[in-house]
Amino acid sequence: MEIRRHGEHIEISELDPFLAELLRQIPESANPAGVEAAEQRLFSSPTPSAETEMRAEWKLYVEPELRRLFQSSTETVGADLQQLNGKAKPFGNCTLRIPTHNAEAWLNALNQARLVIAAKYNFTDADLCDHYRSPIGSRRDLGLFQVNFYGFLQEFILHEIE
Amino acid sequence: MQNTPESSVESPVVEQEVRPEAALDLPWQVVVHNDPINLMTYVTMVFQKVFGFNREKAEQHMLEVHQLGRSIVWSGVRERAELYVQQLHGYLLLATLEKIG
Repeated sequence: MEIRRHGEHIEISELDPFLAELLRQIPESANPAGVEAAEQRLFSSPTPSAETEMRAEWKLYVEPELRRLFQSSTETVGADLQQLNGKAKPFGNCTLRIPTHNAEAWLNALNQARLVIAAKYNFTDADLCDHYRSPIGSRRDLGLFQVNFYGFLQEFILHEIE
Repeated sequence: MQNTPESSVESPVVEQEVRPEAALDLPWQVVVHNDPINLMTYVTMVFQKVFGFNREKAEQHMLEVHQLGRSIVWSGVRERAELYVQQLHGYLLLATLEKIG
C-alpha cells in the first residue's frame, strides 16, 4: 500500500483486497448500534457529577446534533469508498482518492470506528500498544488491527492537512 | 421626559441583587480527560481548531491530558463552556463541564 498527497487528493494506491475491505468496513464499524459501551463512549456525559437536569437537556438537545454530525461524516466516507466497488478485478489491488475537503469527515469517521471497535472488544492499554499481533488470530485481533490501521490513516491525513 | 416614580429610582438596588447571581454563573471550566484511543496529534489539532490555541499551547494541554489524565482547557461562563464541550464531543474527545469550587 502507498499513501501520498496528490494535489487536492490523498491517494491510497496499491491497496490489496484485505486492506480495501477494512476501508469498506469503516462506516459499518463506526456504527455503535447494539453496543452499549460504544454508545456511551460516542455520546459521553457532559458532566462528571450527577446533574440529572444537565444530562437530560444534553440528551434532548445536543445528542441529536452529534448524531447528525457523526452520520454525515460516515456518509461522506461511504460515498468516497464507492470508488472501491466494482471497478477492480476481484483480487486485484486498487486505488482510493480522498478529496482533501473531505479530510475532516474522514478523521471523524475513522475516530468513530476506532472508538466503537475499542469499546466493543474492551481493549486495554496493553492491547492497544501491541502493534505486532497478527490480525488473523480472532475477530478481536482483527479489531485491534483495524484500530491501528485506522489510526495510521488518521496520522497521515492529519500530517497532510496541516 | 416622564418623571421617574420613586419605585424606579430603586431599580439599581434590584440590579445589585442580580449581580451575585450573574457572578455565580462565571466559574465553570471545560476539562478534557485522557482517552487511550484518541491520537495525540489529533487531540492537538482539535485544541487548535476549537480554542484557537497555537501549536505549542495545544501540545502543552494535550500532554497534560496524556500525563495527568485531565487538563482544564478553558474557564468562564457556563453557556460558552457548554458550547465548547459540545464542540469537543463533536470531535469525540472526552470532555466535561465542571463548576469551579
